[in-house]
Amino acid sequence: MMFNISAMLEEIKASPYEEIAVRAPHSGFATFPDGLAPGAAVSGPAGEFREKPGTLLACIERERNPRAVTCPERGEIVAVHRELHGSFVEAGTELVRFRHFLSRGEVEARILKKALHLFLAPERARYYFIPAQDIKIKTAGPRSVSVREGDELFIMSRMKRETPLRYSGPEGILYAVYFSHAADVDARDPLIGVCPPDLVEQVEEVVVRVRTEWKEKF
Amino acid sequence: METEKQVQRLNERLTYIRDIFAGKDSGHIRLLDAKTADYAQRAPGLNARERRALALALEDLFADVENKLEADLTPMDKVRIVRHPQRFCLRDILENVYDGYTEIGSMDDHSIDPAMVIARGFITRRRGKRVTNQSVMIVGHEKGRGEEFRNGGSAKPWGNAKALHYMKVAETENIPVHAYVFTPGSYPIEDTPGAAQQIAANIYGMASLRVPVIAVISEGGSGGAEAVALADRRLMFSHGYYSVISPEGAAAIEGKPGPGGRVPAELVEQCALRMKITAEDNLRMGYVDQIIPEPDLGARPYHYDFFRGLRRELLRVTDEVSISVRGLPLFRALRLRGRRRSAAAGRDFESSYVRWNLPPSAQMRLVSRRHLKFRGLSLSAALDRTPLSRRIASVWQEACWIIYSRFRHDMLQKRRQKVSEYMEEVKSDWTLFFERALTPLRKLAAWFGRASERMSVETVRTLTELSEWNDTQENQRGGRWAYISAGAGEDRAVSCPNAGIHGCLDQWAPDLYGEFAGVCPNCGHHFPMEYQWYLHNVFDAGSLVEFAADVEAGNPLGMEDFGAKLEASRKRTGHKSACMVFEARIKGVRLVVAMLMADFRGGTVGAAEGEKFIRAAERAGRMRFPFFAYVHGTAGIRIQEGTNGLIQMPRCTMAVRRYIDAGGLYIVCYDTNSYAGPVASFLGCSPYQFGIRSANVGFAGPAVIAETTGLPVPPHYHNVYKALARGHIQGIWDRRELRFNLSRALLTMGGRNLYYR
Repeated sequence: MMFNISAMLEEIKASPYEEIAVRAPHSGFATFPDGLAPGAAVSGPAGEFREKPGTLLACIERERNPRAVTCPERGEIVAVHRELHGSFVEAGTELVRFRHFLSRGEVEARILKKALHLFLAPERARYYFIPAQDIKIKTAGPRSVSVREGDELFIMSRMKRETPLRYSGPEGILYAVYFSHAADVDARDPLIGVCPPDLVEQVEEVVVRVRTEWKEKF
Repeated sequence: METEKQVQRLNERLTYIRDIFAGKDSGHIRLLDAKTADYAQRAPGLNARERRALALALEDLFADVENKLEADLTPMDKVRIVRHPQRFCLRDILENVYDGYTEIGSMDDHSIDPAMVIARGFITRRRGKRVTNQSVMIVGHEKGRGEEFRNGGSAKPWGNAKALHYMKVAETENIPVHAYVFTPGSYPIEDTPGAAQQIAANIYGMASLRVPVIAVISEGGSGGAEAVALADRRLMFSHGYYSVISPEGAAAIEGKPGPGGRVPAELVEQCALRMKITAEDNLRMGYVDQIIPEPDLGARPYHYDFFRGLRRELLRVTDEVSISVRGLPLFRALRLRGRRRSAAAGRDFESSYVRWNLPPSAQMRLVSRRHLKFRGLSLSAALDRTPLSRRIASVWQEACWIIYSRFRHDMLQKRRQKVSEYMEEVKSDWTLFFERALTPLRKLAAWFGRASERMSVETVRTLTELSEWNDTQENQRGGRWAYISAGAGEDRAVSCPNAGIHGCLDQWAPDLYGEFAGVCPNCGHHFPMEYQWYLHNVFDAGSLVEFAADVEAGNPLGMEDFGAKLEASRKRTGHKSACMVFEARIKGVRLVVAMLMADFRGGTVGAAEGEKFIRAAERAGRMRFPFFAYVHGTAGIRIQEGTNGLIQMPRCTMAVRRYIDAGGLYIVCYDTNSYAGPVASFLGCSPYQFGIRSANVGFAGPAVIAETTGLPVPPHYHNVYKALARGHIQGIWDRRELRFNLSRALLTMGGRNLYYR
């Protein structure tokens, strides 16, 4: 399995955004707020609990029940389908299209997601490396450990019951560790990212380039 | 060195004056400023005698100016005085009033709540050669002087719990409690326990504390103050304030500055003035018993005469409370009169001795007097427009009920119970004898095969056929609701607020507010409904009999425009207050109900609502009926009534306590939004509290919590599920099952005196 990571980065650089179409959640009469035009900056849900809704993009009224359609992410408006203003639209009709510019973290995550194999937590528990690997990681760093299918790698600890857990996936080097000591990890959250040995250098290089070169728009 | 210290002291005094008058331009302050600067400049060049003379002259000038400024103090200036870091605090009282003390459970910030300090103290009295140390439990808020960990005296729920715990310890040890109130309000956090939950527990506990309690108020901020200030005597420092809300809070409500906005200082001043928060105002209204004078511009830690005066008053008042309940009534009165004469003549009570521990009979009298005292407060703040004829009829009816209840429940019931127990014993003996006598005959009949037991056709049918589901709640109400919400009349769709999470479909309003009773059929979210829905769908049809309907909410502080607002509410709702009290039936079981309606001024509680609530609790007690409080919604105590509203917290809680202690069953059910004072007192003290699904219960709203604590408030912070998880309420009910659940609750829980049990 080979990736051309540089090409992937160039591809992201060429279009450093994700274009998101906001569609009508249900049928109804659509109206758009004044001042919403291509080029306008919009924001997504805010607040510590994401309790404050994003910018109002449109309003769909059905059976005298107006419902606000708000922006799910921050970005910049590309198109507003004002021709639909005041007219009846079907569910799924595109109302607004906006560009969400990728942040440094998002780009890094996107590349790593494609390049690394993520080993996920089977259930909510605390995870530890087995002592032999733990010493290795602590002394020489995670990349000193290579793993292969069936290796006993973790201890899953839950309610004072400890169960050994074997790695399953392609052979490779432990590139990233996503859990911390004595903290609970939810089921399906990644525990480690494993990188094929021949890709390690490339991945490292790209990550450094992203961190230094990537300019965030907002 | 001495000069520098002197200059520093004078500068501190000047800073204090400047802070209190907060930027008000005064010639007096400018004069002091100039004279202090002059002294600082000239003093180093003078000899010791000249310097002392100059310093004395300057101190005299300060005293003179302070005396002149004292006359100009506004209520808001007094608020600034009690909050000033130079004002005396509880630690100064402990050091200067008591002869010795041991702080309990705290050492600076090493405490469960440094804002609440508990100490066991003693006062030494000498009669000739005999020395007696009289113990007291001291409970109070500690503001500290700029110590951040004290939180400005804003006690957390666990601080209040500690205070209650040690008041109970004082009860066990039979020693009086001295409670000092130095709080701007309680710390509005919902934890385990929540602020409201704990304040309610405190007030409920203090209502019947069997030892003398003396409260002294410096800064009496709302519920935080009530958590420790329910007392037999309430004293107040002359420069203190006691209020339902801070003047800034009242101004924010009045001025509505919006998020991040500030209210003008003039409006804050006006609010402080209008709300009648000073010691004189509270004495006039009867909410404190006595004012303790302070030096000009308020006492500071170096005013030792003030502490001596405070000690003298505390001794006198604690003695008086003890004397007033012990011994024979005639001697009590004579002794009290004698002491009052002595006090007026300026006699010091240091050398006299009065026992502060009370025998059981005196303890009972003490508690009963405390209840009587609070029952009599704020009566003139509500307007009772009941016609004389109806009042006479009501008094007559009450008397009849008392006689009937005494006869039926106290006399007849007890005898009937004895007779029934006797009859049961006779019956069981007779059955045993009869069975033994018949056994040979039965055996004989069986032998002849003539006595085969035959089941009735109906029994056979019920045992052999599938049962029908014909006893559902829906069938019981005939498949329809007795009252349909006005919302059902609109032709529109309604979106569930949980649609984004649970994918609930839009509902057509006639369905949602009609058949579904305002409940989302997908996620169970309860949309708010009118209180009329409950009146018609929960209680038996035609069983409602309202009483005390003519007790009317008033405007006791004469707030500008408030009369017109009240009138508008009266016209819109057809009610004279936010509380409706009535008798009703549920499946034939009679009960007394008090309902707080969100439609009338947000369901806020003032003197009229409190009075009606108390009358309802008393009626339930007289009639031996269960008492049900249905809270359609309440925003708290009505701030426009000031302390007249605040005092309803202890008043109503005490009424509830009397009712529960007399053997009644008190159930509370919260709907929509219930916050602040009522929840932190007479509602939150019930042992059986339930919430209608999707309701919110708590102390302060999210905006107030965020502003006061600086902590972010997560969504659904006040939801009933959270209230259930932290132990505030005991269950969550579906609106559609309220009638069934309430009926079952009436039959399965409750006090010993309920007539139907």
